Amino acid sequence: MEALNNISIEHYLTLSGLIFSIGAIGVLTRRNAIIIFMCIELMLNAVNLSFVTFSAYMGDSNGQVFVFFIMAVAAAEAAVGLAIVLALFRNQKTINVDEVSMIKW
Amino acid sequence: MALQTVFFWILGVLAIAGAVGTISARNPVSSAMSLVFHFFMLAGLYLTLQADFIAVLQVLVYAGAIMVLVIFVIMLLNLGNEEKLVEGSNMRKLAGYTLGTALTIILFLMLILSNSDMQMLPSTAVGAGSVKELGKLLIQDYLFQFEAITLLLLVAVVGALILARRKPSKDKLRSEY
Repeated sequence: MEALNNISIEHYLTLSGLIFSIGAIGVLTRRNAIIIFMCIELMLNAVNLSFVTFSAYMGDSNGQVFVFFIMAVAAAEAAVGLAIVLALFRNQKTINVDEVSMIKW
Repeated sequence: MALQTVFFWILGVLAIAGAVGTISARNPVSSAMSLVFHFFMLAGLYLTLQADFIAVLQVLVYAGAIMVLVIFVIMLLNLGNEEKLVEGSNMRKLAGYTLGTALTIILFLMLILSNSDMQMLPSTAVGAGSVKELGKLLIQDYLFQFEAITLLLLVAVVGALILARRKPSKDKLRSEY
């Protein structure tokens, strides 16, 4: 019960690692481009959680500034990524990444 | 039991449930809704770490702006009737799960073997996550990066507009080939 009652940095990092792995499994197994995109967001968020964890446990705000920057980059990535999905759907009539293999060697 | 402990376990379990729902839902819209739920749980976890500003940003930027964009695109593409989308071969799925499980095991091994001495509790006295502290850092130490991010966002907006624009002349050109 001791381990359950005392939340240490490892608890947060384990949670972050679990979420990251779930996101990675999603990217590897799903074939829908939008769902793959959402799984990448999941992995970004897992990293954000570990940044905030280290920041809070070490009493240093710099980690949270990095989370701020990651969020800004994720927003930019969302805009461009979804525009690519739209263009892909318009040209290929599918967003299944298996069927999009024009430039695959 | 401290309040942080209770909230950590509740929010952590719900966050993992949301993540699993995101990768397992057949319908893209329910997948997106699970992700929104997951983002809210993460915002709660940030609050247990006294990162108020990041928690608010999480709800505003992720659960608000980004997920609205994703759901908008899902509905624009009308993917409801693509639920039977062929989800790859079993071979690939097996490889994906194997790699994912291997990653989980590696992460856990590293955590167990790390033998860290960072057992201290989050510092409330320093006020590490306060808006005041973060604002100072952003405008003083990280001013250049802050301005670079504004430029990146501008480029992203212009790039998204160019990518998503209809190009009738180009389409005609492509059909000739």
